[in-house]
Amino acid sequence: MSREGTVVRDKAGFLERRKDRRLGVLTVLVVLGLWEAVGRSGWVSPFFLPPLTQVLLSGWEMTRSGEVFSHLAASLWRIGSGFAAGAGLGVLLGVALGFSQKADDAIHPLVAATYPVPKIAVLPLLILWLGIGEASKVAVIGLGVFFPVAINARAGVRNVDPLLVKAALSLGSGRWGVVRKVILPASLPMIFAGLKLGVGIALLLVVTAEMIAAESGVGFLILSAADLMQTTRLLFGIMLLSGLGLFLSWLLGRVERKLIPWRG
Amino acid sequence: MRTVVEGVSKAYDHPKGPQTQALGRVDFAIEEGEFVALVGPSGCGKSTLLNIVAGLLAPSTGRVRFHGASLNGRPRTAVVFQDLALFPWRSVEGNVRYGLEELGVARRDRRRRAREWLALVGLEGFEAHYPHQLSGGMKQRAAIARALAVDPGLLLMDEPFSALDAQTRMDMQLELSRIYEATAKSVLYITHYIPEAVFLADRVIVLTGRPGVIREKVRVDLPRPREERIKVEPRYVEYLERIWGLVRGVGGAAEGTGS
Repeated sequence: MSREGTVVRDKAGFLERRKDRRLGVLTVLVVLGLWEAVGRSGWVSPFFLPPLTQVLLSGWEMTRSGEVFSHLAASLWRIGSGFAAGAGLGVLLGVALGFSQKADDAIHPLVAATYPVPKIAVLPLLILWLGIGEASKVAVIGLGVFFPVAINARAGVRNVDPLLVKAALSLGSGRWGVVRKVILPASLPMIFAGLKLGVGIALLLVVTAEMIAAESGVGFLILSAADLMQTTRLLFGIMLLSGLGLFLSWLLGRVERKLIPWRG
Repeated sequence: MRTVVEGVSKAYDHPKGPQTQALGRVDFAIEEGEFVALVGPSGCGKSTLLNIVAGLLAPSTGRVRFHGASLNGRPRTAVVFQDLALFPWRSVEGNVRYGLEELGVARRDRRRRAREWLALVGLEGFEAHYPHQLSGGMKQRAAIARALAVDPGLLLMDEPFSALDAQTRMDMQLELSRIYEATAKSVLYITHYIPEAVFLADRVIVLTGRPGVIREKVRVDLPRPREERIKVEPRYVEYLERIWGLVRGVGGAAEGTGS
């Protein structure tokens, strides 16, 4: 009798996913290497694509002179205050709409009608009202963040499992207890999804607003470099934005893990 | 605390077409310290009745009254739901503390009492776990501890073990029987699983199919503490057969002969 026979093989094996961070790093390194090589090869003029090392060098000089920090600080301040205002008001309104059918009937159509307007289109009006200074930029960011946060918070509250509310009522909670101890924590994951969308929008709007009307900020840095045809500075500004975006989503991820520890 | 259900029925209105009668008129009482099981085919309105007793649903007719000593602010009822409804953002201990917080129990006592109840249901060492980290049987124990911790006048249980595997279900029946005998709580227990009803209850109320009305009330005279071996005793098997027959519509009358 043969001892070999046919051995069963795992047909579903190819579906297994194994995470390998090294590959992602490798891709980034290859792209950066290609950039450097093309920049140095002479195929394209350094005016269009200066090599990476030159961009980094110019970035280093801007860092040493403190220029980078003043632009970053200006952008971060605008994002921070606009985000805080928009997210705060968004959560308040969203929760109110989710909770009160009357408020929702009255206000949701207005939200639905204003939500699709690209917020940057409102910037000229905001400048007219609030002046060219910080207020109009903070306001446009706040407006951009407000909508996704409000809409998600509303959906989060509306989708709370009614059984959890019943459980709380059966354990002696009153209305306010239900709102504070059940509806808010239960809708936190949805609210956070809205905040994540908001961060992306805030980044988009800060750069655009700074390109339209500002004397500082990363958007201003990029546009003024383009005006002066300083491609190295322009590219460094873009790299700064990539870093800024990564930093903000990392920060939000940390806060999320802290606030929503029950999600695996 | 004695609970009296008087002429309770429930009909749901529909915007178009006739209303649905979910539960016919039902009268019964649950005595202080009594374990009453309510059985009936699915759709007979068992859960509707439990929600009405819990004050989570208004009856169309009739009312539910509680008699007896003041509960000093303790809730009259607490529910163990079929889908448990543990708060996923709270640890096991946090879930058990919930009702104590709402009762205004001092922080230190909350912690102590939550731990006592968790010990009683056999969940020591799992206080800090979140519900999603627990097995089905452990979640069930946590939900029971949460309801018992507020020391309600009447514990309401809505098919709490229906999602468990057979082995765990048997274990939980023994566990619940032990907890009931240790706490002497009044319990209203809903199930469509007759062996469970007979094993646990002092009295089994059999409902008819939709809309449910009481077909029969059967007193279960089996010794306590209930142990696994009663499941092979002839008397237990007789109760099973009798109640099976009643659920299927054989024998008995609309007016109960049991008690």
